[in-house]
Amino acid sequence: MDIANELLAGSRLALSRAITAVENEYDTAVDIMQKLYPHTGRAHVIGITGPPGAGKSTLTDKLAKEYRRQGKTVGIVAVDPTSPFSGGAILGDRIRMNELTLDEGVFIRSMGTRGSLGGLSRKTAETVKIMDASGKDVIFIETVGVGQSEVDIVKAADTTLVVLVPGLGDDIQAIKAGVLEIGDVFAINKADRDGVDRLNIELEMMLDLNQDMVDWRPPIKRTVASQNQGIEELIAALDDHLGHLDKTGKLAIRRTERTKNELLAMIEEQLGRYVLRNISNSGQFEQLVTAVQQRQRDPYSVVTDLLKGILK
Amino acid sequence: MSNENLKAKVAEYNAKVEKAAAKFPERKNLPEQRLYTPVDVEGLDYERDLGFPGSYPFTRGVQPTMYRGRFWTMRMYAGFSTAEESNKRYRYLIESGATGLSCAFDLPTQIGYDSDDDISTGEVGKVGVAIDSLADMEILFDQIDLGKVSTSMTINAPASVLLAMYIAVAEKQGVTPDKLNGTIQNDILKEYAARGTYIFPPKPSMRLITNIFEYCSQNVPNWNTISISGYHIREAGSTASQEIAFTIADGIAYCEAAIKAGLKIDDFAGRLSFFWNAHNNVLEEVAKFRASRRVWSKVMKERFGATNPKSWMLRVHTQTAGSMLTAQQPENNVVRVALQTAAAVMGGTQSLHTNSKDEALALPTEDSVRVALRTQQIVAYESGLADVIDPLGGSYYVEALTDQIEKEAWEYIKKIDEIGGAVTAIEKGYIQKEIQDSAYKWQMEVEKGDRVIVGVNKFQIEEKPVEGLLRVDSSVGELQKKKLADLRAKRDNGAVQDKLAALEKACQDETVNLMPFILDAVKTYATLGEICGVMRKVFGEYEAHVNL
Amino acid sequence: MEKRIRVLVAKPGLDGHDRGAKVVARALRDAGFEVIYTGLRQTPEQIAEAALQEDVNVVALSLLSGAHPHLFPRVVELVRGKGMNDVLIVGGGVIPDADIPALKDAGVAEVFTPGTPTSAIVDFIKANVK
Repeated sequence: MDIANELLAGSRLALSRAITAVENEYDTAVDIMQKLYPHTGRAHVIGITGPPGAGKSTLTDKLAKEYRRQGKTVGIVAVDPTSPFSGGAILGDRIRMNELTLDEGVFIRSMGTRGSLGGLSRKTAETVKIMDASGKDVIFIETVGVGQSEVDIVKAADTTLVVLVPGLGDDIQAIKAGVLEIGDVFAINKADRDGVDRLNIELEMMLDLNQDMVDWRPPIKRTVASQNQGIEELIAALDDHLGHLDKTGKLAIRRTERTKNELLAMIEEQLGRYVLRNISNSGQFEQLVTAVQQRQRDPYSVVTDLLKGILK
Repeated sequence: MSNENLKAKVAEYNAKVEKAAAKFPERKNLPEQRLYTPVDVEGLDYERDLGFPGSYPFTRGVQPTMYRGRFWTMRMYAGFSTAEESNKRYRYLIESGATGLSCAFDLPTQIGYDSDDDISTGEVGKVGVAIDSLADMEILFDQIDLGKVSTSMTINAPASVLLAMYIAVAEKQGVTPDKLNGTIQNDILKEYAARGTYIFPPKPSMRLITNIFEYCSQNVPNWNTISISGYHIREAGSTASQEIAFTIADGIAYCEAAIKAGLKIDDFAGRLSFFWNAHNNVLEEVAKFRASRRVWSKVMKERFGATNPKSWMLRVHTQTAGSMLTAQQPENNVVRVALQTAAAVMGGTQSLHTNSKDEALALPTEDSVRVALRTQQIVAYESGLADVIDPLGGSYYVEALTDQIEKEAWEYIKKIDEIGGAVTAIEKGYIQKEIQDSAYKWQMEVEKGDRVIVGVNKFQIEEKPVEGLLRVDSSVGELQKKKLADLRAKRDNGAVQDKLAALEKACQDETVNLMPFILDAVKTYATLGEICGVMRKVFGEYEAHVNL
Repeated sequence: MEKRIRVLVAKPGLDGHDRGAKVVARALRDAGFEVIYTGLRQTPEQIAEAALQEDVNVVALSLLSGAHPHLFPRVVELVRGKGMNDVLIVGGGVIPDADIPALKDAGVAEVFTPGTPTSAIVDFIKANVK
């Protein structure tokens, strides 16, 4: 049996190895993904984002436990930043999820961003598909929580959960502005702290200003993840959102959009690779660089000419 | 010579040696300044900054006569295997001249699990003695008069339970609680930050600690209710200033919690004690001890408004730095420990544990423990270091370094105040991160050879494996299991359940002092795991913050 | 994208001394490895399952309490039992020389005792990961 078939037959090792194959771009990866693709599209994919220190991992842990209590299986993709200097990474999200490790209905995979500019690993979407194919009912993507991860997560998830905490200080305005458009559900975690009412009011006010929310007003839920408070209510909100998407036909629209983006990204990637390989094989690239740098030629005509030569 | 004149001469000297230093490169990793002169202690005001031993701000020591009155307590930390084995070691130590006991507990005991719990497998009796119930505690102190000995117990998360057991054993010996002397470590904050044997979250943990403060102030007045510990923070890799700063910040948090619980500062502050590390750099360590006393006295007097001079005193137990012992050429460790002992003594410690040379390899043997104890005795009786009080007071260098460490400590304390106090700083991972950064820096200095550790990255030799190490018999676990099974069959299980139920109810009401309930449960031979299990159920467990 | 060496740094047992584990984790990160750190008090079962889910190349165990004769071999047994035969398992901590042969017989590839530079651990992993 090969990895894909073993995975479909329920092997956790095969699931793990399939993710590695995709992440490291092994030759086997394309074959695996081809075989798994028909089995994807079933899971509810939930992206979790928010500033560092918001308690995303603890919240993910508690959400996963509650889903398990409801009889659903859970996949978790936890993304942490890769060091731009060494290429290494410390992936520490599992620390908050140790109690899930021995539950066979849960599979957790930590990933480094590995040079991806956004907060998500480039391979996150494919890892989600692999978990989806393995039959997980709910899949969480936990982002690094800074920078452009917000945009990435919207593309990858059906429901985006934004986690905030009271008392983060001045930069909260910027964070809120950045995540406001993407949040389908908001959680105010550590809601036993001072400032929770203020944050709640501020969020409501900002949501009031947003004109796009005609048929879905993102709910704001209060949680104290460390004490398992507010988890059931939060899950109800996440499920409501999925139901809403389904009912209004938006799920299909979102997923079509996602499929389109993924296809375009794959085309871009493969095309780029093909072009680069041809250029470097041609042997004249360095000369062209010098010519452009010395203003003997301009980059625009050089690119046009090069592509003309390669993509006939 | 006027100071201006002297400053000019110092500048002249510096210019001259700069040239020489260019020719003969100096060692890396040293602070720039080579020489200290009166210029460096210009602002020193003797009465304000140093004062006399036994008076504010206690820079020169907490007692008026220090070691002229009596030496520090030579207290050897020991315990392994079963209560029977450890009892033998304690009696050996007392016969060898140790003047206080210091109990090490195994990890299941420290984390509130019984020896027959699955999670205890492999750990029973390994790093200390296994205590499952009052029955073990009775054996541990068999033939040791608790009315005469002073006992320090390195126990934190379940400190209330072990203290209750100690009180119960004493009662059986006919010793009333007011006659008991000793210390429980009881410092949960440094467990979160550095040592790792926590159980409950901060809030109920702080409650347990203040419950102990209150109970002891009324019933066990001579007991040191907490040993606020920098030792483990230093072992985890902090610098000297971080050690005292983070520890004093923890101390502030305990005082604030106790005051919030309705206690008066002078009712409990006199029973607070500290625990420092004696590290390798002798003069830096001496300065650290001196600075720490000055900082604490100011905290107590100025911040908390304590009026009893006893509340202002930072009394300290010290242990030599375990992390500085090398597995390579372990005999060299005897020398390291001697220097560390010198630092602790010149720093004015109230009690001292000296590590044994083989502790980078295993628990110490009886022979190596004796050498470690003899090291203290040699320093006390032969070295002259204990003959006058604060012998380094007035040294330009040590006074300047004392000031510098104090300044760095205040900066950290201010920063932690800004974050919201030690509890919040720990929950946010701030303190842990600072410690880890220092540890990593140290390690990289060693690996680059900028910091020399003799026998490790310089002066290495081919070595044969060390023989004759102490081995804890792995049958200890089985033995404890059997003892527990017998106990559970023999005791009055109805009484156990009643007292555990009463404890559970008390845990749910934050205003209740838990100590009497724990004491009741202990006396029925409820096990440590059962008692902590009840508290786990109500309080939950702490989830560590890791921020690498 | 090239392959990265993935290492699970784990603290089995109840020992809370994590200075070494954390220093090693950072050193491995700085050597370009992906390090999964799971914190204190991990059971051998948890360590083996985390190794599987993370598909690591190396499991690095750190223990200072003396429980290594029981816990290290147990981790090896469980990891192998999950079909991960090529995973390199190494250990470190306060481990007497006399215990090392038995640990190696049990399948621990190397034991790093106090004073080992982190560079030696990096080099060993680079040389031995398949």
